This record gives sequence, structure tokens and C-alpha cells, in this order.
Amino acid sequence: MLSRERLGFLCFALLIALGPLVFKGGYLMNVLVYVGINTMLAIALNLLLGYAGQISLGHAGFFGMGAYLSGILTATYGWNPWLAMPFAAAVVGCLAGLIGFPVLKLKGHYLAMATLGLGIIIYIVFNETVQLTGGPSGFSGIPNLSIASLTFDSDVKSYYLVWSFALAVMLFSLNLASSRVGRALRAVHDSEVAARVMGVNARLLKVQIFALSAVICSLAGSLYAHTVTFVSPASFGFNFSIELLTMVVIGGLGSIYGSFLGAALLTLLPEFLRGANDYDIIIYGSLLMVMVMFMPGGVVRCIADLYRKLAKPKHEGGHA
Amino acid sequence: MQFDQILQYVLSGLSTGAIYALIGIGFSIIYNATGIINFAQGEFVMLGGLLTLSFLDLFKLPLWAAIPCAVAVSTVAGLVFERLAIRPLRQPTPINLVIITIGGSILIRGLAMLVWGKDTHSIPSFSGDIPIIIGGATILPQHLWILAITLVIIIVNKFYFYYTISGKAMRACSYNRRAASLVGIDVRRMVLFSFIISSAMGAVAGIIVAPLTMTAYDVGVMLGLKGFCAAIIGGMSSGISTVIGGLILGVLESLGAGLISSGYKDAIAFIILLLILFIRPQGLFGKADSERV
Amino acid sequence: MLELHGITQVFGGVTALENVSFTIEKGDITGVIGPNGAGKTTLFNIITGIYCQTAGTVHLEGEDISGLPPEQLVRRAMVRTFQNIELFGGMTVCENVMVGMHTKSTSGLLACALKMPWSVSEEQRIREGALTWLEVTGISDLAEVTAANLPFGKGRLLEIARALAVEPRIILMDEPAAGLNSQETVALAQLIKRIRDMGITVVLVEHDMELVMDICDRIVVLNLGRKLAEGTPREIQENRDVIAAYLGDDD
Repeated sequence: MLSRERLGFLCFALLIALGPLVFKGGYLMNVLVYVGINTMLAIALNLLLGYAGQISLGHAGFFGMGAYLSGILTATYGWNPWLAMPFAAAVVGCLAGLIGFPVLKLKGHYLAMATLGLGIIIYIVFNETVQLTGGPSGFSGIPNLSIASLTFDSDVKSYYLVWSFALAVMLFSLNLASSRVGRALRAVHDSEVAARVMGVNARLLKVQIFALSAVICSLAGSLYAHTVTFVSPASFGFNFSIELLTMVVIGGLGSIYGSFLGAALLTLLPEFLRGANDYDIIIYGSLLMVMVMFMPGGVVRCIADLYRKLAKPKHEGGHA
Repeated sequence: MQFDQILQYVLSGLSTGAIYALIGIGFSIIYNATGIINFAQGEFVMLGGLLTLSFLDLFKLPLWAAIPCAVAVSTVAGLVFERLAIRPLRQPTPINLVIITIGGSILIRGLAMLVWGKDTHSIPSFSGDIPIIIGGATILPQHLWILAITLVIIIVNKFYFYYTISGKAMRACSYNRRAASLVGIDVRRMVLFSFIISSAMGAVAGIIVAPLTMTAYDVGVMLGLKGFCAAIIGGMSSGISTVIGGLILGVLESLGAGLISSGYKDAIAFIILLLILFIRPQGLFGKADSERV
Repeated sequence: MLELHGITQVFGGVTALENVSFTIEKGDITGVIGPNGAGKTTLFNIITGIYCQTAGTVHLEGEDISGLPPEQLVRRAMVRTFQNIELFGGMTVCENVMVGMHTKSTSGLLACALKMPWSVSEEQRIREGALTWLEVTGISDLAEVTAANLPFGKGRLLEIARALAVEPRIILMDEPAAGLNSQETVALAQLIKRIRDMGITVVLVEHDMELVMDICDRIVVLNLGRKLAEGTPREIQENRDVIAAYLGDDD
């Protein structure tokens, strides 16, 4: 007996699974792999920002840490990628948990600035620890992931690998959102004091979500490293943190499917604006501003509201 | 020899610190009048430098005319930003404000990139490049200009906020917006003023430092962040505390870069920022806040 | 049930409360009244762990709870409602009450995300429980309405339903009648009596004198941060100091 949400998710998963048949391994396949990675990242940020209401402008840092840790452990020290990935995620998670305690005491702008600073410090470390990371010119030779004799080295195979993880993250997050913990998160967002009075340990919860968010980013980073086999600090800077923020805002804070939409739009958009490469930051900036001013709930909420308005006959909601 | 080096670092640190102080005061003024942290503050710094360049090159104005024109245009940009981005915001929650000011800063940066390209440019020093020797350390005349102009601005600032009606009105807004509007102060006008003053100050900061560090479409990001750091150290005051914050930051950064490692120079500012936010978020000189429920 | 000894609270240069002591008996409905600025909400915030008092102790059924944060007070079955209702605006009415039952279940982050069977059955139980509490306060027809869209009176009832979901031994209500019309206030009085009949001790801060005199068993009067008087409604009404504090002396 499947609920509507379950059914919806299964349909979505099916669509994703059929993707390669439609796009037949063309250039778009490669882009869709990135969509998968960005979806994971956007969901991670959304859990923190949309549900718990905590701003982070440094999430690219966790993404980068996952990528570099996984890459270095496998390429330089010969670890098995399937070991390196969870190890990196655990390290990043613990670090995020430790940093989270002091950082999440801050609110609003101060939190934004602190996470921004954190992200930049991580970026600088990537650039400066040349011995380990290869510095600004990047780090190559990262091995692909493989199971038994199957190596994930082509676009189609990477697509299935990345999207398996992305779908798992989606399901995980959807479950979380409609659960007791998800409610507690939203409660903390709406009124932290009332949530605490109801017994929610707001401080601990915020740190847990921060750490979870970081773990997901790290996994995405590791997948990225093993798929692209090359990483450089440029992909993990402040600009990318903003891109992630834009994805979440467009999709709608608090909407998991919205994060997919935002990730898809922002990953595919540059492909359609070939030659307008430098203009992407103007577009992100304008998008952010337009979204906040006119569609603060994000595209998904906007569509949902429109649908509701059109579907209902003239009817006064609520009783006097 | 050691002493000379340290003196060198301290002096150049003081001058960069002065710049951070100016930018930081800009942040504080807006924050105090509106409760908003204007992420786009750094972009006005950038605009100041690049606009001066255009006025010099394109319009062939002499330096003393180009600078006021550049400041004026930056100020107008600040005004436009407040009108278009801040005022129409329907749900001014912290998240929305952060997002919109970030969006605005990115937009301004993108437009600057369109107009001036990605190259770095330089504008000429105000009074030549003959180094001056002070106790074994060398500084350039531009350093002195920076310190002098910063001092002048701070004095003017103090005068404005404490001895003029509109300045006092702005301070009233920062203490209690409701009460201020009840006594007839046009709060929205004050908000506008705060943006105007901050963008003007930011532009000046950008102009006086440009001869030393070159200017480009993306200098605003780092300068803005470090200016914010100065403001945080100073407890978001629009006066002497932020100045001290900026100077401390500048000197620590300079010493750190010189004595420890220059690659991590930018990281120093952010590590200080994080430490202050963790340990003493009200700044070195502020009083702790208590929330009323 | 609840004992306060020598509660003093100093904010910067202002002494909001000075040496306030009184006892609240189990099963009573106790009212805390006083002119504006008397320190009533501050006192509540101290008892419910939102502020930490400068001096003095608070004992709940013999246990010293001074300085404990709100999330721990819930485990000792103490809950409060707020003067400016603090609803979770983005969630439905039912979900709001379900948060009230947060401490009735233990599924952690992983268990919820992986939809472990025990978390699913807990969820079912929580939902059913929430609906019962909505019935108690009479707003079960609004279960799926978004909390932010509720009219004020219903919002108050939701806050109470949510607090009851904690299954407290003692509930502190901060001005529950504020903003209610006379009809709603009468209904509120009935509700509070029903809550007392459930065995829950009620403490209210209120300005509505009719309500207070009507339902309270005992009243504590605060003025300018100090306890002015304590007694039955009758005694308080006849107390000279209380009258003077509210109406002013006529010398």
C-alpha cells in the first residue's frame, strides 16, 4: 500500500533511470551527471537553510573537502575508493559537528559571515597546501570507482552511479522532512524558543543537521572526484557556494524536489548560454534578487500556489 | 634589522587597516540604521576605483576632478541599490536580506566586469611615488594620503553624527527605530542616507587604495569581507572602535603575511573573524546583548 | 508543587525582580497579577528556564530546577504558553501539536530518515495523540489549516493544545486572555478549569481581572519587582496595598 509521496518518488526515480535511453549517451549525459551531484549538494544545503533556517555560505568548502580527501587518499596513498569515501565523509562530518557548536550559536547575518569565512579558509588551504593538493593547478589521477569488474568510467555508467546516490539522498531527505525530526527542524526555524519549550534540543539539532549536510556534501565531493578524476580549488570557492544558494532559493527553501529543479536549471542553463560564460555571475545575481523579491517561496511553491488558485472554485477558505 | 622589518609591516598594515576601517564603518552605518548587513558594501569600494579610472581615461579629467565625480556616481549607485533592492522587499527576513544583498553584489560585480573587463588597472598616486624613510622602514606618499584622508573622514563622521540634526536622527534610528519614527524622524529617509553615506565612504576607500593595490572588477569581495571583519572587531560601531578594529586587523594581517606566510594572508582575516564571532561576538569593545522574549 | 525563594533578577542597571518568594500548591489555579512592568513575564521566563535568575532558587516538587533550560524542563513535565503566541507558522495546526509530543517519542535522525518501522508506528501514535488534544481544545476541525492563517483566538487555543500535548504536571500561561473577546474569554475560563480537572496545576499571568477573580484559587500580586500580596481572590480584593498599587493612593 503505497502512499502518494512514495508513488511520486518512484515515478521520479523511474524517469531518472530512463534518462540515458532518452539522451543516448550524448554530451548532455555528462551534464546530467553534474545535475545529479548538484542535486545532492542543493538538498544538503536545503536541509540546513530551508528546514532548519540556518544560513551557510560556505558549503562549497565541505564539497571540496570530500573531493580532495577522497582524491588524495586514493591517488596518493592507494586507498580503495569505497573506503576513502565514507572515511572522508566521517572526517568532514566530525569537523562540521565540532565547528557547528560555536558557529550555530550565531544567528542571521553573523552566521552567514562566519560560514562564508569558513568556506574561504578551506579554499585558501586547498590552494596553499601544494604538497598535498597540487595547489591552484589542481590534482589529477584520481581513480574511478569500480565494483568487481565494472569500472564507472563512462558517462552513462557515472550517471547511474551518481544518480543512485542522489536518489538515495533524496529519499533520505524526504523521509526526514515528513518525520518527527523534520517537524522539529521546522519548529526551530519558525520559533526557536517555542521549540525549546516543547522539548526540542535546538542547539543539538542544528549541529546535527549541519553535520549531516556536510556529510552529504562530502559524499557528493568524493563522487565528483572519482567521476571527473581531476579536482582544482577553483570549483570549491565562494562563487560555487553562491551558486548552490541560488539553486536552493530558486527551487524553494524547504522543497526537496525544488532543490532538484534548482540544480537542474542552474546546471543546464550555462549549457544553453554557450559563449555567455562570463555572464553567468550576472545571471545568478539577477536571479537571486528576482527570486527573493517576487517568488520568495521558490519556483516549486509558486507553481503549487498557482495550481491551488486555479484548481479551487471561488471559495472562501476557513470559517468565520 | 628585525626591528626595521617589523616596523615596515606595521606601517603598511596601518595603512591597509585604515582602508578596512573605512569600509567597516560603512557596514556599521547601514547596520545601525537598518539592521541589515550590506553584502554589497565591497562593491562600492570597487566602483570608486574603477569609476575614477574611467573619469581619468575616458573623460580626461584631472585627478582632483575625477575623484569627486567617481564618488558621486558610486553614491548614486548606492541610492539606486537601496531603492531597487532593499526598499521593495516584501518579507525582510534575515535570510532574504542576506540573499538579496549577495545577489546585488554579484550583479554589480557582473556589470563591472562587462564595463571594465577582467583586467587589473591602476590609477596614479596622488602625489608621486618617491618613497619616504621612517626609522628604517619605507613608505610611499600614498600611504600618508590614506592615513590622512581616513582621519579626515572619521572626524567629519563624528561631527556629522554628533553635531548635526540629521546625524543625530540617524543615531536615534539606530538605537530605537520605533521611537525615532514616533518623534517624527523619517526612518526611510534615514535608511536611504545610511546607504548614501556608506557607499560614498566605500568609494573613497577604494579610490585611495587603488594606486597601491591596483583595482579590478573583483576586488570588492575580499575588501568587503575584511571591512566587515573590522566592523565586527569594533562591535559594529560607526566610530573609533571600528577604526581600531580595522587597524588591528591590518597590522595583524601584515605581520602574519610577513612573518608567517604570505599565501595564508587572506585566511588571517577570516580566522580572526571566526574567533571574534565565537568568543566575543559583540566585538572587543561592545557590551553583550541580551534578548528580550 | 512549585516553590520560589528569593528570586532576584537584575538586567544591567535595572532590577526587574527583587526577592520574590511564594509557593504554588499542586492542583491549584494560581494567578500572578500586577501593574505593567511589575516583572510578571520576567518571572515566568525565569521559572521556565529562558532567563537565568541573578539570585534565588526555583523548586519543582522538591527538585531544584534553577537554571535548567526549557528543553529539560519539559522532561519534568513543565510547559508554558507565550504572551505573543509563538506558533510554528509554517506548519499546520495538527503538526504544531505534534511538535508538542516531541518528547513522547525517541526516533533519532537516522531512524526517521531510514523510515525504521518503530519510527513509523511512533509517528502514527503521535498523529493520533495530536488529534485528541485538538479535540480537547475544540479546534480539531482546523487540523490541516496552516497555523499562520489562524484567527488570533484559535491561535491561542492551538498554543494551549500544543502545550497540553506535552502532558505536563504544571502549565504556565502568559496572558492567555490577551486579545480575546468576552465570548472567547469565557470559553477560555472553562478550558482552564477543565485543564485543572485533568490534574494539571495551572499558573497564569493575567490582566483580565474578571477572569482571574473568577477561576483562580490563589493570587500572587507583584508590583515593581516585589511581591506585594498573596492570598485568595477575596483577600486580594480587600487588600489595601493592592488597591493602592492599581488605583493609586488618594493622598
